[in-house]
Amino acid sequence: MAKVAAKPVRIVVAKVGLDGHDRGVKVVARALRDAGYEVIYTGLRQTPEMVVDAALQEDAQVIGLSIHSGAHMTLFPAVVDELKRRDATDIVVFGGGIIPDDDIAALKKRGVAEIFTPGTPLQEIVDWLRKRFPEQTRKP
Amino acid sequence: MKVRARDPKQVWQEEFEASPSRDDGLETSTISGIPLQPLYTTADVPRREEELPGRYPYTRGIHPSGYRGRLWTMRQFSGFATAAETNRRYKYLLANGQTGLSVAFDMPTLMGQDSDAPTSRGEVGHCGVAIDSLADMETLFDGIPLGEITTSMTINSPAAILLCMYIAVAEKQGVPPSQLGGTLQNDILKEFIAQKEFIFPPSPSMRLVVDSIEYCAREVPKWNTISISGYHIREAGSTAAQELAFTLADGMAYVDACLERGMHIDDFASRLSFFFDAHIDFFEEIAKFRAARRIWARWMRERYGAQLERSWKLRFHTQTAGVSLTAQQPELNIARTAVEALAAVLGGTQSLHTNAMDEVLALPTDRAARIALRTQQLLAYETGVANTIDPLGGSYFVESLTDEMERQAEAYFKRIEEIGGVIPAIEAGFFQKEIADAAFRYQKELEQKRRIVVGVNDFTVDDEEPIEILRIDPRLESEQAGRVSEVRRKRDGARCTNALNRLRKAAAGTDNLMPYILDAVRAYATEGEIMQAMIEVFGTYTETAVV
Repeated sequence: MAKVAAKPVRIVVAKVGLDGHDRGVKVVARALRDAGYEVIYTGLRQTPEMVVDAALQEDAQVIGLSIHSGAHMTLFPAVVDELKRRDATDIVVFGGGIIPDDDIAALKKRGVAEIFTPGTPLQEIVDWLRKRFPEQTRKP
Repeated sequence: MKVRARDPKQVWQEEFEASPSRDDGLETSTISGIPLQPLYTTADVPRREEELPGRYPYTRGIHPSGYRGRLWTMRQFSGFATAAETNRRYKYLLANGQTGLSVAFDMPTLMGQDSDAPTSRGEVGHCGVAIDSLADMETLFDGIPLGEITTSMTINSPAAILLCMYIAVAEKQGVPPSQLGGTLQNDILKEFIAQKEFIFPPSPSMRLVVDSIEYCAREVPKWNTISISGYHIREAGSTAAQELAFTLADGMAYVDACLERGMHIDDFASRLSFFFDAHIDFFEEIAKFRAARRIWARWMRERYGAQLERSWKLRFHTQTAGVSLTAQQPELNIARTAVEALAAVLGGTQSLHTNAMDEVLALPTDRAARIALRTQQLLAYETGVANTIDPLGGSYFVESLTDEMERQAEAYFKRIEEIGGVIPAIEAGFFQKEIADAAFRYQKELEQKRRIVVGVNDFTVDDEEPIEILRIDPRLESEQAGRVSEVRRKRDGARCTNALNRLRKAAAGTDNLMPYILDAVRAYATEGEIMQAMIEVFGTYTETAVV
């Protein structure tokens, strides 16, 4: 039987950094929406401060970050730090983009919950969120 | 009794239908979704006057001698870290037989900001070389004679500034602008459509493009003032037909803008160049290149009334599809790139960049960059494919697909015209939505295994061996920031300020801005300062994000 929760998970997806490659973030945003999540896409060139602002304003439980320029080691931890500064560490941060394997472990240590690299099936991202928020997800 | 001979095609059709089908659930359409017949015959190709290379409409190539006269230019897009390090890579590539340079700039440079700007944090030197002022450009081309080599520069919103820097470096080498050859990407429309590296709103952006075309027609006549790009449109997820249609529509929008400025078509048309993606669906790509030449020639001659043959010829650069590369089993990317490069060559490209196998992970290492270049050399010198002009001309399939590409492109031109032209279509989000829809459709096909990407959704391995990748030293950022502040400290401050003030004033009027930008560059104004002066007049653009 389908589990229906009062409040579906809200996810802010954002492009941090200067690059404008938004193919990935848009595909993921659509897939998450189709999977029953409430998705807010911020658009391009968001600073860590802007991303956290959006997440707090939207009362989001999750932030999804996308980057293709190679600045992930600076900008992903900066989002985590901004959440700490704003006392909002309950918000889960995940990310994706052109991110070499070696960097993934380092990012996880810095508080990024998960990194999805090129070639990841969309279902894998959805499954990960379902596991993370089992009660709150609306089954499609 | 006399039996009437049956139509052989009918016989084949029956035999085909009676044969077992592979039935593996895979799509029998091109990667862009064009349905494919199992067989093409004479019936699929309309009768038309014989097409020949070097003759209108140039479907079979713009040169009568194809690659017999001259091979394509092997132009590897390259740039990383500092100007000094990239200069070393250029010398390495030239020593290995590369025949032209192609500069990749880092994100802050592409977005018109200096390395010490707060939003440049973490980005300096990562996906290209960091250039802040003429001083960096001097280092970048140190020891490389600009009168003897051609250079392509991939830059858009700040394109005019980087071109002025190049002109200024040449001046210092004693090379006059009239001798400079190369290409400036300078294609702002596809930024609004796909790659999204815009800064100013569309109207002042177009003014800068026309300023540089007009200036170069006079002062830098051998320079390709714009490289009208489908590459980024395709990489953002479009189909082949969308790439073709949107790129040529952009080209016509630039032509319209130049005509509006009062230029004559034959004074600038031959310096417009194009840039396409070579994706993995082999025949579709060849058809796309052939259709591009035919459509452009017809529009230039018949719609715009260009008189000179050189105005009708569509010349293009090709890059193999970055988006087709996989992080999984990355060595397979060498094979993908070879197939894509072959399509570009059979499609008659003028120049070619082949991606390195590790570019899906980071900028290429020396070794990966060399293999990519060697792939082109192998095609050129080992395979014999360059010996015959347009060898697929006359293929029932390729000719039919070429016609189909043309039909689909013309249908898009009509739709764009109905919306009111390219810029209104951008503002309405038309292109963005078409591309996002196509990207999502393709991703769905992968998820449902209706298309296979080897190593990703089939033929996978459990233990991927890590490959060596290029790392950018994190100290580079503060070093580059140090260099730009030293430039600011050492230059003639008053001269620089005056040049920037004059530029600001000119931006508010209607003068061609190129001479003002050149003056500011010569006075060692930084890229960020020059952009800022123009932003004060032009403002900036924010798109409404459509998912």
